[in-house]
Amino acid sequence: MANHVLEDAGSAAQLEVALPHPATSKPARFERFLENERFLAFILLAPAVILLSVFIAYPFVMGVWLSLSSTSVGIPGQFVGIRNFVKAWNDSIFQQTLRNTFVYTFWATLFKLTLGMWLALLLNRHFRGKRIVRASMLLPFIIPTVLSTFAWRWMFDPTFSVLNWVLYRGGFIMTKLPFLSDGAWALWCAIIVNTWRGMPFFAITLLAGLQTINPDLHEAASLDGAGAWHRFWHVTWPLLKPVTIVVVVFSIIQTFSDFQLIYVLTGGGPANSTHLLATYAYQLGVAAGLLGEGAAISLFMFPVLLVVVWIQLRYLRRLEGV
Amino acid sequence: MIEQRWKKWVYFYIPLAVFIVGTLFPFYWMAITAFRPDEELYRSWRAVNNTPFWTLQPTLAHFQDLLAKTTFPRWLWNTFFIAVASTGISLFCGLLAGYALARLKFPMAGALGTGIFVTYLVPPTLLFIPLADIIRNFRLGNTPWALILTYPTFLVPFCTWLLMGYFKTIPRELEECARIDGATRFGAMLRIIFPIAVPGILSAGIFAFTLSWNEFIYALIFLSSPERKTVPVGVVSELIRGDIYFWGQLMAGALLGSVPVALVYSFFVEYYVTGLTGSVKG
Repeated sequence: MANHVLEDAGSAAQLEVALPHPATSKPARFERFLENERFLAFILLAPAVILLSVFIAYPFVMGVWLSLSSTSVGIPGQFVGIRNFVKAWNDSIFQQTLRNTFVYTFWATLFKLTLGMWLALLLNRHFRGKRIVRASMLLPFIIPTVLSTFAWRWMFDPTFSVLNWVLYRGGFIMTKLPFLSDGAWALWCAIIVNTWRGMPFFAITLLAGLQTINPDLHEAASLDGAGAWHRFWHVTWPLLKPVTIVVVVFSIIQTFSDFQLIYVLTGGGPANSTHLLATYAYQLGVAAGLLGEGAAISLFMFPVLLVVVWIQLRYLRRLEGV
Repeated sequence: MIEQRWKKWVYFYIPLAVFIVGTLFPFYWMAITAFRPDEELYRSWRAVNNTPFWTLQPTLAHFQDLLAKTTFPRWLWNTFFIAVASTGISLFCGLLAGYALARLKFPMAGALGTGIFVTYLVPPTLLFIPLADIIRNFRLGNTPWALILTYPTFLVPFCTWLLMGYFKTIPRELEECARIDGATRFGAMLRIIFPIAVPGILSAGIFAFTLSWNEFIYALIFLSSPERKTVPVGVVSELIRGDIYFWGQLMAGALLGSVPVALVYSFFVEYYVTGLTGSVKG
């Protein structure tokens, strides 16, 4: 019995000795190497940097090259200078596309901001079932856009539209509204669907911003006799501005480069009247196989994105500087 | 008092109700269409017996058609596999890079941080044409790897950004204590900091998962055979034959394709919202 105890103690002692032993082997030398801050940083950043270089930086350089060449599928192209850009610029469909992209981005962002702000203010109050209402408000943002846009397309259907039915029954219209069959209508329908999808993102991020505002400020303002509108304008809005700017910048980028919503809702039609830059680039570059021209059209997004990103970076710097 | 109540209705209940109905109606419409028999679906809009908002003969025919005529379960599995794999890769890269940017001092740290932030703002639609060419050259076309490797282009910057913010909220002292106790820098990161960061990792993961489930343009371009497709692409390309839309099946597919992501969301609402609001915080 005593022997056993001794034996156990012995093996435990051996373990104690065994623990520091691997310190002299290879992995430990590597670990000591990792103590060097620069080296560790290099190792930790490598996967992300490699991945982003291969799949973002490299395609970007290649995209610029493609846009300056006459490449199409299966045919290696030659350098043609800025001919693709000039050709696009003089193309009436492209001009329409560019106009659409700006109109779509401007109005959709404006609607998302105003409605999102309104919804955030409503959700910031206390009421029964608040949690479930908040959670369900985010659904349009969670459900894959392609799938929910199909539901909208079905609601806008030329023959079986439920919206037409409601308006007809309500006595507002006598003939069907041409939701997606008229170019001007179709772009506005797309703006509505985009607003529907993106508004929850605004509402929830702005709500998070609202919740950080100290209620005492509002109380002080109402004691000073400020009405609801004044309180919003002079207390809430200035405090909410930083978050709002960042959300708007994100939304502008997303909306300006939108593809899936238009692809499903109108496919760019009728008669190419609702294309955005991304869908038109897809039509030329992928469907028609003109890689050079398609790449040139998607690069037309670049200057606008550059300006927006620059604003964002400057703004973030300024915030950090404060 | 009466005036107060009246005001509350006009300024609060009615607008909120309009928001709720407007937000949820398309989903209701999706569901009711999926269960409605064809002869009711394609009834003239002025027909007297048209009852668009409900049906007395719900049917599973569209779901049966969907499962019989397409490889829908396969699409679901593909979407799920791709979303999980690309989220995993992105979390791995984002964790390491986020830690380095938040904690370590090294030359060019600021520039690298800005660089990753800028890639965060690059939309997929800017690069899809050259990327399609690269995927072809790497012989990845029509394989799930085409997507598993390209989805991280928009997920890694997001995960890095979010986790970097999270690491900055963890006090440095925890790490310093561990190092005084003999832990290596790497060991302290792995065993002290990462376990504390689990809520942040979960937020980033949930958000990344829903973004991958949602992705469309890369999946549309990089995949071609029907059994390899993801749900959004399969629904678009296999359920519209020629010019004919099979609305019943389309809505059944849309409903089934939305359920998994809605379930994940409903279990992790709080984490998702943290990820969402964190995605725009500087």
